Amino acid sequence: MSRRVDIALTVNGEPVTESIEPRMLLSDFLRDRLALTGTHVGCEHGVCGACTVEIDGVSARACITFAVQADGSDIRTVEGLGTIAGMDRVQQAFRKHHALQCGYCTPGFLMTVRDLLRNHPLKTDDDIRDGLSGNICRCTGYEHIVRAVRELADERDGVRGDD
Amino acid sequence: MKPAAFEYVRAASLAEALAALDHDDAKVIAGGQSLVPMMNFRLAQPARLVDINAIPDLNRIEDAGTHVVIGALVRHAQAMCSDLLAARFPVVAEAMAHVAHLAIRNRGSIGGSLAHADPSAEWPLVVALLDGEIVVAGPDGERTAAAEDFFVAPLVTDLAEDEIVVAVRLPVPPAGCGMAFDEMSRRAGDFAIVSAGALVRVEDGVFAQVRLALGGVGDGPVRARAFEDALVGKPATPQAIAGCLDFAVEDLEPESDLHASAEYRLHLVGVLSGRVLERALARASGSAS
Repeated sequence: MSRRVDIALTVNGEPVTESIEPRMLLSDFLRDRLALTGTHVGCEHGVCGACTVEIDGVSARACITFAVQADGSDIRTVEGLGTIAGMDRVQQAFRKHHALQCGYCTPGFLMTVRDLLRNHPLKTDDDIRDGLSGNICRCTGYEHIVRAVRELADERDGVRGDD
Repeated sequence: MKPAAFEYVRAASLAEALAALDHDDAKVIAGGQSLVPMMNFRLAQPARLVDINAIPDLNRIEDAGTHVVIGALVRHAQAMCSDLLAARFPVVAEAMAHVAHLAIRNRGSIGGSLAHADPSAEWPLVVALLDGEIVVAGPDGERTAAAEDFFVAPLVTDLAEDEIVVAVRLPVPPAGCGMAFDEMSRRAGDFAIVSAGALVRVEDGVFAQVRLALGGVGDGPVRARAFEDALVGKPATPQAIAGCLDFAVEDLEPESDLHASAEYRLHLVGVLSGRVLERALARASGSAS
């Protein structure tokens, strides 16, 4: 029905070219075309945060972005962070503080936390909670996620923690 | 939860975008943070999407002396950390902190928020509060519309199908004005049940200028003119504000819906109006406190 469009972008540092229908969501493109299933799909209308990825260095909802709009962009997904053997710093902090249980929301949280650490002061735990408010977690009650981000923010700012 | 098929046109210039909009069922997409959810639910099924993100110069915030021009593609996050806007209109960053969440603010645009015209959204209220003009481009050139003429009904504006919001012009208020914004929502980032913005200027201990804009209580942002008129000339005190608050709800007929009853909305108008006016007063130069 609708004409396919060719797109060329970078995903986790690798160049990608694909022919897609314009209506394909970025979340479906990553999962179904590129088999990058770490980007999770929860609500599919931009509310739950599970699909959060980075587009050109800032966090964005993959489920309310058309893949065609990402033409020419640099995308990073959770697969572009660490590996099981070599987790990145945000993943290490989440592991240390038990900041996940079922893990469904975790990829979205990790991408949001990266953005928060780059661009936000996070002086208080309230700031952290406000920054995380766009990501829903049904398991942890958020407390351990806040602790993980607190450690990361303190480390970034050269503040010594309790432990 | 997948959008219906559509034809995609990426416009490289405003002229290209306007030409592509000359079509039976075309819609403009910028950040897409309101439109794509609606398309996912198939509440919107445009036959053609005209992507304006690649149009140069629509993402700038420019100082034009007597006013500031904000391009339609300026993102909420960009407006939130703009030094120019912080200096001229500190209320913008205060309001932007309430717009959805981090990731949404990174992509959502001022033009999109205005064209979408949710009666609880922050940008329409800010533009109404600051007496801003919405600059619209169409086949016959540019025109401007005041907020009160632009917002017709919830999700309805006076934008014609072949027109595009290209910018907002905000006149710089006199020096010494105090401004404030606040809103009530059940969860951080949700659309407001009621929102309020205030701007005041004090001269010789009395209110010389007062503006109060309300969201979530009408077809679009509402200026509480009766309240504004009542407070001008009164002593610049919290007591004077409290004494006029009954005027703020005058002529308001909010709807009851699943989020809040009409009575609760009217209650919130009083609470939030008092709060933003007191805060604006404290920030105005020349006020005692």
